[in-house]
Amino acid sequence: MEELGPRAPYLPHAPGDVAAMLARLGLPDVEALFSELPEDLRLSAPVDLGPALDEASLARRVGQLAGANTAAGLICFAGGGVYDRYLPAVVQALAQRGEFLTAYTPYQPEVSQGTLQVTFEFQTMVSELFGLPVATAGLYDGSTALAEAVLMSRAATGRRGVAFASGVHPQWRAVVETYGQAQGLVALDLDGHADDVAAVVVQQPDYFGRIVDVEALLARRPAGALGVVAVDPSTLGVLEAPGRQGADVVVAEGQPLGLPLAYGGPYLGLMAARDDLLRRLPGRICGQGRDAAGQRAFVLTLQAREQHIRRARATSNVCTNQAWCALAVTIYLSLLGPRGLAELGRLGYARAHYAAGLLTRIPGVRLAIAGAPFFHEFALRVPEAESLQAAMAAAGFLVGPVIDRHTLLIAVTERRDRGEIDGLAAAMGKVLRDAGA
Amino acid sequence: MAEFPRDVAYTPEHEWYRVQDGTIGVTDHAQRSLGDVVYVELPAVGAVLEAGRPFGTIESVKSVSDLFAPVGGRVAAVNTALADEPERVNREPYGGGWLIRVDPSGEPAGLLDADAYRRLVEGT
Amino acid sequence: MPVPDAPEPLIFERSRPGRRALRLPEIDVPEPSRPEDDLPSGWLRARPPALPEVGEPEVVRHFTRLSRRNFAVDTGMYPLGSCTMKYNPKINDTLAGLDGFAGLHPSAPDALAQGALALLWELEQDLCRLTGMDAFSLQPAAGAHGELVGMLIASAYHRARGDSARRRVVVPDAAHGTNPASAAMAGFEVVEVGTDARGGIDLEQVRAHADGRLAALMLTNPNTLGLFEGEVREVAQVVHQAGGLLYYDGANLNAIVGRARPADMGFDVCHLNLHKTFSTPHGMGGPGAGPVGVTRRLSPYLPGPLVRRRDVPAVAGPRYAWDDPGPESIGRVRALHGNFGVLVRAYAYIRANGGSGLREVSGHAVLAANYLAALLRPWLPASHDRICMHEVVTDGRALAPHGLRALDLCKALLDRGFHAPTMYFPLIVPEALMFEPTETEPREAIEALAAAVGEIVALAERDPEAVRQAPTQTPVGRVDEASAARRPVLRWYPSEGDRAPEG
Repeated sequence: MEELGPRAPYLPHAPGDVAAMLARLGLPDVEALFSELPEDLRLSAPVDLGPALDEASLARRVGQLAGANTAAGLICFAGGGVYDRYLPAVVQALAQRGEFLTAYTPYQPEVSQGTLQVTFEFQTMVSELFGLPVATAGLYDGSTALAEAVLMSRAATGRRGVAFASGVHPQWRAVVETYGQAQGLVALDLDGHADDVAAVVVQQPDYFGRIVDVEALLARRPAGALGVVAVDPSTLGVLEAPGRQGADVVVAEGQPLGLPLAYGGPYLGLMAARDDLLRRLPGRICGQGRDAAGQRAFVLTLQAREQHIRRARATSNVCTNQAWCALAVTIYLSLLGPRGLAELGRLGYARAHYAAGLLTRIPGVRLAIAGAPFFHEFALRVPEAESLQAAMAAAGFLVGPVIDRHTLLIAVTERRDRGEIDGLAAAMGKVLRDAGA
Repeated sequence: MAEFPRDVAYTPEHEWYRVQDGTIGVTDHAQRSLGDVVYVELPAVGAVLEAGRPFGTIESVKSVSDLFAPVGGRVAAVNTALADEPERVNREPYGGGWLIRVDPSGEPAGLLDADAYRRLVEGT
Repeated sequence: MPVPDAPEPLIFERSRPGRRALRLPEIDVPEPSRPEDDLPSGWLRARPPALPEVGEPEVVRHFTRLSRRNFAVDTGMYPLGSCTMKYNPKINDTLAGLDGFAGLHPSAPDALAQGALALLWELEQDLCRLTGMDAFSLQPAAGAHGELVGMLIASAYHRARGDSARRRVVVPDAAHGTNPASAAMAGFEVVEVGTDARGGIDLEQVRAHADGRLAALMLTNPNTLGLFEGEVREVAQVVHQAGGLLYYDGANLNAIVGRARPADMGFDVCHLNLHKTFSTPHGMGGPGAGPVGVTRRLSPYLPGPLVRRRDVPAVAGPRYAWDDPGPESIGRVRALHGNFGVLVRAYAYIRANGGSGLREVSGHAVLAANYLAALLRPWLPASHDRICMHEVVTDGRALAPHGLRALDLCKALLDRGFHAPTMYFPLIVPEALMFEPTETEPREAIEALAAAVGEIVALAERDPEAVRQAPTQTPVGRVDEASAARRPVLRWYPSEGDRAPEG
C-alpha cells in the first residue's frame, strides 16, 4: 500500500486528490493501476538511485560537479569546429522564455506561430548565408547534417561513392561512414575516385583551419556528382557563400552562431540546397501560407517526405530540428546583422594571424601547414602536443584539440583580446623553454 | 457522390485508364479520400512502365500513396500543369487532372469496369 | 490561447539600413591582417547576406512578441499524447547553464573535465538500473537517432555472427513512424504486423515472421495505444528462438519507470527519450537526447567514445576518462559527446526524484490518464476498454453525426485554453485522439479539460458550424496547409525581383 500523498518534487496533488481520483476509478491504490503488468515483471521496491535531493541539495551536488570542470575556467583558444564566442545576454534572456523552451513541435500551427515564424526567419538566414534557395528547419549537429547530405546525394544520384577532399573533420567523416555503411556507401578520397561518385565533400575552413578553394575543388568533381560543402557559418560575413561557388548542398555546425560550448552539445545542424532537391531534404521545413481569414500564417510543410507519413520510405528518420538551438542562432544573427557578421569574421581573422605571428616566433613552434591561408584557426607544429596542452592548462590556457603527437589546433575568436593573445604566447614560450631546460 | 464514368477502366488501386488515348489518372473516389492533393510525382516522358507496378506517387498534406500502372508501356506525355496546379486532380480527376499518357505495350489485364469498380469502393 | 496578439512582422521587415544591435570589440592588434589583402577576391563575399539590421530593443521586442504567439507547458495544459508534455523543472535549466558546464569546451583534457565525466558516468549507471540494461551510450541526439543506433547495432551483431541473411525488421502497424524509417535507414526491409483485439501486438503474426530472416522486432511498451503489452515475454521468446533481437522503443517508459524494466521483459536493446520520461524541455522540437542501452552481449557494438571509470588508489576518489570503443563498435554517430546540456537536466531530474520519486512519477502519470479516460468516456470512449497506462487513445467518431472530425474538436480545444491532443495517431484507430495528461497536471486541470470536451460536443449538436470555424481566439485561424504545400514559400525575399535564385 503506497502512501497517498506524493513526495516526489514536481507532483501537484494533495493526498485528498489522489484518493478522489482513485475513488472515481473504483481502485484501492495506485498499485492497482499496474495490474496489467505480469506480476513477476513488477519491481517490488524502488530502484536504488540514492536519496532524493531537495532543490538546495541538488544545486549543491550538481554545482560541485560543474565546479570540478576546471577547464571551463581557462582562457579558451581551443577549436576543432567548436568555438568560444561571446554569447550576448539577449540570446540567453529571450531563449530562456518558457513560451519557447517548453513548447513542442508546432503540430497545431494556430497556437505555434511564434515557433513557426522563428523557423521561417531561421530558414531565410541560412539560405542567405549559404547562397542556396531552400533551407531546412535544422538537424542534430553539423556532423549528422553532413551525413544526411551525403545520403540525400546517394538517393538523388543512385550512386554509391562519397569522395572527401583532404581536411574534412575526421569525426564528421566517421559519422558519414557510420550512416553510409547500411546503404552501401563507399568512402573515397577526392583524387583517384571511380565514376560511381554521388557526392564530393569539401570543408571550409577545413579541420586544420585552412581556407580552401571551394570552387576549384568542386570543379574537379565527376559529372553528375553533387557538391556538398560543410562550412563554418561564422566566416560567411567575409568568405563567399558556397552556394555561389558551385555547391549543391551546404551544411554547417551552428554552434559558432550563439550556442554555448556545453561540452559538445546540444548544437545544431544547418542545411540548404538547390531547389530541385527540395523534396529529398531531411527533416522539418516551415512554409508561409494563409489562415482562413487570409492573414499571413506559418505552418510545417512538405511533410509527406517525413517519417510520420512516409514511414519506411521517408527521406530520413529525423524528427527533431533542434528548434531551440535554431531560435538562439536566429536571435544571434539578428543582433549581428550583416555588418556585425563581417566584423566578427575580420576580428577573428586579424587576431588569429597576430597570434600565429607571435607563436611561431617561439623556438620549436611553427605552422603545421606553412603558407596555407587560414581564417581564425590554425594547426601548430610543436615538440610534444599532449604535454604542451597539459602545461598550457596549468598556465591558464586551453588549447587544442590535439591532432597528433606533434600537432594541435589554436583558434582565436573575437572573444580573445590582444592581452590574452600576448599572454598565450608568453606562456607557451615559457613552457617550452622550461621543458627544453 | 463519387463519379464513375463508363468510358474508362479501373484498377483496384484507384487509377483509371482510357483505352482510346492511353490516358491514366486517379479516380474521383481516390481524390476524395486523399483530400487536397499537393504534389504528384510522375515519370519522365519515355520512361517504361510495367503493368501493376508503381510509376509515381501522389501526396496530400498528410498522406502519400503509390500510383500503379494499369497497363505496361512507354510514357508518351506527362501532365505538366500538375506541377503548378496539383489541385486539378481534385477538381477534374477525369479531365484536366489526368496524370500521364502511355503507348501501351500490350492489352491491359485485370481492370474493372465502372460497375465493378463502384461495387468495390462502395463495398456492395 | 485566449489573448490574440497582433501579427508580428518578420524581423527582416523591421530592418532599416544602417541599424545594428551588438557592438563588437575594436581590432586591437598591430598591423592587422585583412582577408582582402591575403585572399583572391573570388573567395570573398561579393554581396553581404541580407540579415536584418535592427537595434537591440527591437530584437528583444520582436522575439518576446513571437513568444506570446506560442502555446507551451509553461502557459497551459498540453495533453499531446505520446509527447509527454510534463512540467520541466526550472532548476534543471539553471544547473545546465552553470559556467562549469555551459563554458566547457569539448576538447578539454579529461583531467580537467572530471565533473562532467562523473555526471555522464553516473547517468549511465542510473539508466542501467532503471532499464536493467548493462551498458549505455549517451551519444544519440534524439529518440530517432537512438533508434538508428539500435538498428545499426542489430545489424552489426548479426554480421559479426556471419548471420547476414537477417535483413528484416518487424514493427507493429501502430508503431511510431520513426521505427520503420530508422530500420530502413539502417538497411533493413520493414514488415508490419497487426494489432490484436485487445490492442496488443498480434503474436500469431509475429510467429509467422519468426524465421532466419528476422533481424529484430521493434516494440514500444506500453505501446502507442497506451496499453501494456502483457504478452511481451512471449514475443521475446518467439523472437529470440528465431535468432532475432528485441528492440525497446523507450518513448513510453514514463508509464513504468521505477516499476518495471525492459531488460526483464526480454528486450536486448533500447533507446530512451530523456525529453519525455526525464522531463527535459522539448524546446519547440528539440534538442532532446536518445541514449541507447544494451545487454552485455551487445555492448561491444555501442558507438563511442564511452566514459570509463577507474579507481585510482593513489588519488582520492575515482577518475573518469573517455575511451574508444573496441573494433566491433558501429562507429561514430555524431561528433563529440552527445547533447550534454540535455543530459545534465535529465541527471538533475533523476537526483531530485530518486528511485521512490520516479516510481511515484509513473504511478501518477497512469492515474491521471485513467482519471481523464473515465471523465471523457461519455463523449470519447477509449479505443480499447482496458486500464490504460500513461495515455489514452480515444475514438473521435462521436462528432461524425454532426459532420465534424477529430480535427475540429482539436481546434475547438485551442479556443478553450488547452493544447490539442495528438490526432490521427495511431493510424489504426479511426479519428484517433490521444490524450496524455501527465503526472504534473493538477486534478482540476484534468477535470476542466474533460469539461471542455463535453462543452464542444454539446456545441457540435447545437451549432456544428461554430465548431468548424474554430479556432477564433488564437493568434491566427485555421491555416490552409494545402495551399502552403502546393506552392511552397520557404523563405523571405527582400523583393519579388529577388525571388529567382538567391544571390
